[in-house]
Amino acid sequence: MEEIVFSRPRYMKKTPFHYCPGCGHSIIHRLMAEVLEELGIGERAIGVPPAGCAVLAYDYFDVDMGEAPHGRGPALATGIKRILPDRIVFSYQGDGDIAAIGTAETIHAANRGENITVIFVNNNCYGMTGGQMAPTTLLGQNSTTTPGGRDEGRDGPPIDLSEMIALTRGAVYIERTAVNSIRNIRHTKKAITKAFQVQMRGLGFSLVEILSPCPTNWKMSPADACRWIDEGVTQTFPLKVIKDETH
Amino acid sequence: MDNKLLMRGSQVIGEAAIRAGCRFYAGYPITPQNELPEFMSGAMAGLKDGTFIQAESEIAAINMVIGASMAGARAMTSSSSPGISLKQEGISFLAALELPAIIVNVMRGGPGLGNIAPSQGDYFQATRGGGHGDYRSIVLAPAHGQELADLTRMGFEYADRYRTPVTILADGMMGQMMEPVVFPDPIDPVELPPKPWVLDGARGRPSRIIKSLILDTVEMEEHNWKLARKYRIIADEIPRVETYMTEDARLVVIAYGTAARIARGGIKRARETGLKVGLLRPVTLWPFPERAIMEMSRLVKDFMVLEMNTGQMIDDVRLALEGRSSVHFYGRPGGIIPTPDEVAKAISSLYYRQKLREG
Repeated sequence: MEEIVFSRPRYMKKTPFHYCPGCGHSIIHRLMAEVLEELGIGERAIGVPPAGCAVLAYDYFDVDMGEAPHGRGPALATGIKRILPDRIVFSYQGDGDIAAIGTAETIHAANRGENITVIFVNNNCYGMTGGQMAPTTLLGQNSTTTPGGRDEGRDGPPIDLSEMIALTRGAVYIERTAVNSIRNIRHTKKAITKAFQVQMRGLGFSLVEILSPCPTNWKMSPADACRWIDEGVTQTFPLKVIKDETH
Repeated sequence: MDNKLLMRGSQVIGEAAIRAGCRFYAGYPITPQNELPEFMSGAMAGLKDGTFIQAESEIAAINMVIGASMAGARAMTSSSSPGISLKQEGISFLAALELPAIIVNVMRGGPGLGNIAPSQGDYFQATRGGGHGDYRSIVLAPAHGQELADLTRMGFEYADRYRTPVTILADGMMGQMMEPVVFPDPIDPVELPPKPWVLDGARGRPSRIIKSLILDTVEMEEHNWKLARKYRIIADEIPRVETYMTEDARLVVIAYGTAARIARGGIKRARETGLKVGLLRPVTLWPFPERAIMEMSRLVKDFMVLEMNTGQMIDDVRLALEGRSSVHFYGRPGGIIPTPDEVAKAISSLYYRQKLREG
C-alpha cells in the first residue's frame, strides 16, 4: 500500500519559486502554507506581501493576497482585519520593509494590539535592490552602501525591532527563530503555528522574526550562509521567545 | 423644507459618508479638518459595523483605507494639504490597484506648512494625480453645504462604479461654515451590490490577488492603457458644471468651490452696474468640463479665472479653449479670501479694459 509522505501543501500554487539558491523565503513560504493547512485556516486567510524579494509571494500562496506599498503592510492588514475580523490576516515583511521604512506602521499596529500575524524575514540586507545596508545589517558586515563594513559611528548599530515591538502592550507573542538548520526549521514552524493560533484565539498582535540566509548578497555559499547565521547573525539577534503573554 | 439640518461643513461630509454606507474611516489630526475625524469617531462608535481608527500617520491612514477597500468596505480618509502630500503614495496605489476610496482634502494655505486659512493651492496636486505614475483620479469640488452632502454620496458611487479613488476638494472655509442641508436616505452597506473582486478569503472560489507590480513591460503597458480607457470613459460620463447668469454674458468668470461662491457675489454687484457677467463653475475638476467651456466660447470671448491661488486651474481653462477666447486671471493665494466687492472691481476693470460695453 502506498502512503504519501511528502507533497505540495494545499495552499501553495504550482508556480516554481524565483528565489535565489539557498534563500530562506521558499522554506518559510512552505512552512506557512503547511501551517495554514494544518490549522484549517487557508480558506479564510488573507495575506499582505511586502515590497522586496518576497513581493511575489502572491504568486506562491494560494490564498487571497493584497499588495502593500513598502513598509505599509501592518496598516493595510489593519484595514482588512477590522472589516473582516473573523478572517486570518497576515503580513509578510523583510527587514528593510518592517524595521526601516515601515517602523511606525509596525510598532503602532502592535501597540493597538491588532489581531494580525506578522512574519518578519530578517536577512540583514536589502535583497531585491542588490544588497544595500539594512537596519539589521551587522556591525562590520559588508554591503553595497557600507564600504569597509557597517560602522557604528557612521551607520548606527543594527536595530532590535522585535525587542522594540515587544515593549508595546498590544504585542502578545514575539519570537525570533531561524531557518538555517533542520532543527531551526522545525522550530520555526512551531513558532508560526503559535503566532496564527494567537490570532485565532483573538489575543492580539503576534510576530515571528525569522533569520534567513541571503547567500547572494552575503556573497557566501548556501552552506556557509547557514553556518554564518549560527556563528555571526545570532550573536546580534539571539534566537529566543522575546515575549509570550498567551497564558 | 423637511429634514433640513444645520451643520458644519466637515460634519456634513461625515454624515453624508455614513449615509452612503461608509463603514471605515482612518485619519490623522490636522487643522482645519479636525471636526471631520472627531465626527467620524462618534458616528462609527454608534454603528455596530463601523470602524474609526486614529492612525499613527497620514501614510498609515491611507494604507488602512487601502486594506479596508480590499476587504470590500466603503472607506474614507481625510486631511488637509500637507497631510494629503503624505497620502500621495497610497493614492497612487489605490489608482493602480483599482480600489475605490474617498479622500477628503480640506485645503489650507501652502506650500510647506503654510497656514490654516482656506486656500485652493492644491488644484494641481489633486487633478494631476499627485502621486507617482500614469493615472488620474476623480476630483469633486463642492461649493456649499448641500453639495458637500451630495458630492460625498456621489463620490462613493463613482469610486465603486469606476473602482478608483475620488477626492473631495474642499477648503477651510467650507469645512467650517454652517449651512442647512438635506441628506439623502441612508444606505445599509449590506444592500450595496457585491464586489466580485474583494479579498475575503478563498472559500469555494479560486484565490484572488490585488497587486500593482507588473514587471513585464508589455503587460504594464496594457495595464496603463486599460486605466487610460477607464479614464476616458469617466471623462466622457461625469464632467459637470453649474452656470449662473451666463445667457447674455459677455464676460464669464470661471471659479470652483469657495472662490465660485465669492464670484457669485461679485457678479451680482457687477450686474447691478449693468455689466453682462456670468459664472461657470466646474463641479468636477477632473475630469475637467472642457466641453462646457468650449461650447461657451462660441458666445463669450473673454473669460476671467478666479482662484484662491496664483493660477492653477487657468491652465486647464486655456487647454479647453485652445486659443478660442481670451483668458484673464484674478487670484488671491496664501489663505486670503477675496471679497465680492474686490471681485466686482476686478470684473469691472477687465470689462472696460476689454471694451466689452461697446461691442
